[in-house]
Amino acid sequence: MIRRFSSAAVLTAALILPAAAQVDLSGEWGQKMHEDAPERGGGPEIGDYTGLPINDRARMQADAWDADKWTLLEHQCEPHPADYAVRGPGSMRIWEDMDPLTKEVTAWHTMIMWMNPERTIYMDGRRHPSEFAPHTWGGFSTGEWVGDMLKVKTTHLKEGWLRRNGLPRSEKAEMTEYFIRHGDDLTVVTIVKDPVFLTEPLIRTSNWILNPGYAPTPQYCVPSRELDHPVGWVPHHLPGTNPWLYDYARKNGFPEAAVRGGAETMYPEYQQKLATLPIPPKPGGADK
Amino acid sequence: MRLAWGPCLLAAVGICALSQDESTGRRAEIEVLHVKANVYLIAGAGANITVQAGDQAVVLVDSGPAEFSDDVREAIRKISTKPIGYIINTTVDRDHTGGNEALARGGFFMLTSANQQRQTASIVGHVNLLNRLNATDGKQRAATAGNWPTDTYDGPDWKLYANDEPLLLEHPAAAHTDSDTVVFFRRSDVISAGDLFDMTKYPVIDRKRGGSLEGILKTLNHISLDLAVPKENEEAGTYIIPGHGRICDRYDVAIYRDMLTIIRDRIQDMVKRGMSLDAVKAARPTYDYDGEFGSQTGPWTTATFIEAVYDEVTANPEGKAKPNK
Repeated sequence: MIRRFSSAAVLTAALILPAAAQVDLSGEWGQKMHEDAPERGGGPEIGDYTGLPINDRARMQADAWDADKWTLLEHQCEPHPADYAVRGPGSMRIWEDMDPLTKEVTAWHTMIMWMNPERTIYMDGRRHPSEFAPHTWGGFSTGEWVGDMLKVKTTHLKEGWLRRNGLPRSEKAEMTEYFIRHGDDLTVVTIVKDPVFLTEPLIRTSNWILNPGYAPTPQYCVPSRELDHPVGWVPHHLPGTNPWLYDYARKNGFPEAAVRGGAETMYPEYQQKLATLPIPPKPGGADK
Repeated sequence: MRLAWGPCLLAAVGICALSQDESTGRRAEIEVLHVKANVYLIAGAGANITVQAGDQAVVLVDSGPAEFSDDVREAIRKISTKPIGYIINTTVDRDHTGGNEALARGGFFMLTSANQQRQTASIVGHVNLLNRLNATDGKQRAATAGNWPTDTYDGPDWKLYANDEPLLLEHPAAAHTDSDTVVFFRRSDVISAGDLFDMTKYPVIDRKRGGSLEGILKTLNHISLDLAVPKENEEAGTYIIPGHGRICDRYDVAIYRDMLTIIRDRIQDMVKRGMSLDAVKAARPTYDYDGEFGSQTGPWTTATFIEAVYDEVTANPEGKAKPNK
């Protein structure tokens, strides 16, 4: 009798205790583009910094940005860094490494469709590398389960971008993520803290749906000379000379101050200030 | 010198030491990282020290300051027990050359068999480096004779071979100083670039010793466009070790080059518009990059960087680098 009870207790405990470890993230996931589609699909417009907690340094660098940068050989084959990759259009494959003896998951891997960047999320408790170690697009990631959520800490990111219009994210930034699965839905929460370009953490969510039929398309990028440039030429706008900086605001009838971004533009209270700001005339007098 | 294998972060090859120079109180947190193939990085002992190890001997690029030589030697011994054959200096500064004499001692002179009984490593540098190190201010020389190069080259490049690997030495005219050397470990695919760039600060343009921003830019473009090849997606492949700070790849060099070019262009534009140095400083042409590279304290601040660029642009408004001699 006692033995039977003990066996039942052990069985019950086995069913309850490892609940977190039972969340399986592996599989093919299709991205749901129902949020921020203009920014994430076609791309953000020049000068659209709306709703981001950036500082003046980020603003100044983005104002100088010129899309001709992508014509340079040394910039053509850059994938999105890990904090931005989940925002871009593209499915994602997730798979795991398992210890052959203990059967514990020792690492999770992700690969996004766009340029196939792979990440490894170590689950074996290892330390993050030295400050002298190289930085990568995926950074160095370690994970732990918090309830049913996979919490991931990432350091050693390469310098990247907050938006594809030149808003920078520094290599000093660190990222915390939460991978949350509900049935066939997956939500990835990214929290980026950047002491160089952000005044508050930038928190974004991206949603995915299980898509077992997805097969990743191999993508290999080799730079090729598309235009002749002088050696060492770096396209950029000198301060105060970017002619397109306010096209986005004027075209959409937004106050110019509002599209410059900053932490206050993230919060509902900003609507009160927004109502007091002058709206620029649309190009060609279209607003008349 | 006190040495303790302490609780600092374990590096890629598991070597880490805390040491203190009791005469100065300076502390070094030495780390050894495997970079790629035959090449390692000793970090934390002043300037970065690149180590190439193989069947023949140990090759060092730079030697750190003298006070950390014992710790550096101990770190080297964790990588290889072979004698030190070459010490190649990337630049003249004491934190790159101060350990030359101490680390060369007991080495193996690789360049000529006649000198091998000297039991000292060959110290290699551009001839300008020798001239800078033995220069005198009327009272004393810039460095003691034991730290001077034993073997110099006076052209734009020199080729050596060690540990089954070509070592390509290139002299960028007028970069950080006029005495610089970039070392390319061709088989290992690693470049040791010295003080041409530093991912934590603006480059030191030592104009008093022949340095120039244009020379730095020219060399960074050469590394970025001619020498370094990324493995995939602008990542890894050729690794570049700067004089200070972390291991880099081509992308890192390219964005650093971008930053310097943009700042040069801004200051050049301001000079063309007749702005004084004070007006340029007030306009803050580096403001968007200061969070990553700027400094308000120490010997090389944002202000001194702007002054150096302003002086160079004013003297040479066309922005042409001096020709490689």
